[in-house]
Amino acid sequence: MNTVAPDPHAARIAQVWAVLADVLDPEVPALSVCDLGIVRDVLPQGDALDCALEIVLTPTYSGCPATELIERNVLEAIDAAGLGPAKARLQRAPAWTTDWISEDGRRKLREYGIAPPCTLAAGDAVPMRFISRRLATQEAIACPRCASTHTTQLSAYGSTACKSLYRCLACQEPFEYFKPI
Amino acid sequence: MSPTLMPTSIQPSRDPAAQYVLRLADTCLILGQRLGEWCGHAPVLEEDIALTNTALDLIGQARALLTRAGEIGAQKGAPLLDEDQLAFLREERDYLNVTLVELPRGDFAFTVVRNAMVATFLKLVWQRLAESSDAELAAIAGKAVKEARYHQQHAGDWVVRLGDGTAESRQRVEAALDSLWRYTPELLEDDAVDEYAGASGLGPRWSELRAPWLAEMAVLLDEAGLAVPKDSAFRSTGKRGVHSEHMGHILTEMQYLQRAYPGGTW
Repeated sequence: MNTVAPDPHAARIAQVWAVLADVLDPEVPALSVCDLGIVRDVLPQGDALDCALEIVLTPTYSGCPATELIERNVLEAIDAAGLGPAKARLQRAPAWTTDWISEDGRRKLREYGIAPPCTLAAGDAVPMRFISRRLATQEAIACPRCASTHTTQLSAYGSTACKSLYRCLACQEPFEYFKPI
Repeated sequence: MSPTLMPTSIQPSRDPAAQYVLRLADTCLILGQRLGEWCGHAPVLEEDIALTNTALDLIGQARALLTRAGEIGAQKGAPLLDEDQLAFLREERDYLNVTLVELPRGDFAFTVVRNAMVATFLKLVWQRLAESSDAELAAIAGKAVKEARYHQQHAGDWVVRLGDGTAESRQRVEAALDSLWRYTPELLEDDAVDEYAGASGLGPRWSELRAPWLAEMAVLLDEAGLAVPKDSAFRSTGKRGVHSEHMGHILTEMQYLQRAYPGGTW
């Protein structure tokens, strides 16, 4: 049987993850950066217990204006908890996908009034069809308030690049839908 | 004014790998700038938001590509240039975007037809670049392909809606298609830069995108009830740095702040 020496950084890394679980996304403040799957890894940069930590972040959209703010908030939170020094590294590949949003994150989104994204079909698995009006949605997006799937798209883009705007035809309320990407 | 306060224009690398990436970077950058002009002017609020969000994605893609083009140029012996220098301090002939994207924004029909053409093209480019021999380029493409797919869907839906709409919307979308189609061969033909990219595994020769692009456009135009326009002998040359008369004007607006306040940030 193999014996593995306990990782001397384990406790500090666990604390960092706990701290990051409270760092909220600036544009969807119902979710933490961990719920969103933006934080990919926490990597010690040496053997010393007080070595720098590298926080690996994956941006959601190429042009997301919140990326730099998220980076700053993450580093400030680690610093404030006395767990630094830390630095951030942006990692593009593999590309961020809404499939990385945790189950807990999906529940929080629904409670916040945003319909969580459906699971993404791989690439071009579903051929693109062009239609003049998205009245009946094929995906049947469920209203986060009344759970009816009798909903219609109002606008392909919403208050941020990652959401579109829908209306529930059962309860008549508008709601946002986190686009699968 | 002291000459030191006027930054001289910078010159990008002439290396074919850097030029290949700059062509894509500038195509994203200039279309992003054009779409930004719609802010506050779109026919409905929803489309104002859609066009500016598309612009935001394109600018994000351009930033990543410009950074990479600067790094590739530096690897080939040129001075290292960052995304801001490349975006704001080049002269017109050193921008390598296709002419299609620099044309004035026109009416809403013109904008959605062009967006559908460019998004279809870029989606095909990104799909292929995801397998690039350049790992950073592949990573950028892996992200951007998802965004391009959404842009294509949105623009395509509008082409159908306008083509299959009123007499007025149909007349406008036909006119847009007719005036834009002659600029599309530039996206689908090769030169020495493509030859280098194809041979080195950097990315597809653009001619390889011709058949899939035409096939996807045919599906869209058919759905919209529009005929595929006839080919023209005209060839635009923006990707070689020889632009239309509109390019200088868009650069004037885009570069004004950095030229007037060198290095200015906020």
